[in-house]
Amino acid sequence: MASPIGAKRLVVGAHYGLGEWLAQRLTAVVLGVYVIALGVYVIVQRDLSYDTWSALFVPLWMKIVTLLALAALLYHAWIGMRDIWMDYVKPTGLRLTLEFATILWLAACAVWSAQILWRV
Amino acid sequence: MRSDPIFLTMTTTHASAKPRPQFRNLNLSQLVAYRLPPAGWVSIMHRASGAALFLLLPWLLWLFDLSLTSDLSFDRMREYASHWLVKLVLLATVWALLHHLIAGIRYLLLDLHIGIGKQSSTTSALWVYYVSLPLAVAAGLRLFGVI
Repeated sequence: MASPIGAKRLVVGAHYGLGEWLAQRLTAVVLGVYVIALGVYVIVQRDLSYDTWSALFVPLWMKIVTLLALAALLYHAWIGMRDIWMDYVKPTGLRLTLEFATILWLAACAVWSAQILWRV
Repeated sequence: MRSDPIFLTMTTTHASAKPRPQFRNLNLSQLVAYRLPPAGWVSIMHRASGAALFLLLPWLLWLFDLSLTSDLSFDRMREYASHWLVKLVLLATVWALLHHLIAGIRYLLLDLHIGIGKQSSTTSALWVYYVSLPLAVAAGLRLFGVI
């Protein structure tokens, strides 16, 4: 019996779903709000001193909000980079390698972000 | 096994069908000659700016780390960022972020079926540049100490 999936489907394709498409947009909204808020703050403050800047990240809620924004950024970046690899890199092995490297790299960035934030 | 003519015709057609046409990305010589409409430019620059931000991410995290670790590292970051080459990369980062953000807002509106007409989508594509470029110029003037 033929596979119900069909021969045209790729092993490392896009899962053909709505999930990533939607996640890309939801994380975009989170990032947009965070970046605009932080951007306006930095512009209004004009010459930021270390004390003002670091004091911003001291409260737990700001750490959590920032870490959530960074998590949104990393997920957003993953979907975007995955789209780029899928569009331009046709050999499956190479594409899988690049996608895997992207995931490892972004996961490392996530750990690094947490460490930066929780040292303040 | 069915043997009515219409079924046989269908299966025969299927078996001898030409290979499906593939529409791949343009190659480089086509790309140079290809005149993109404004919305096309917004689209490809949205992708390019996103990729640039991804590549710049470790550098930005490193700067963020320097800015928060101590007042000494904060001063070290300011000194590092006072070099014209670093300022230029920072300006490119600000432009990439502005373009990605504003084009992204346009895409979210298009997803909500706002402004999907041919004329209105062209106008909004141009507006992405009308907003992002002056803001990037302002950021550049601020970075290089003009304002």
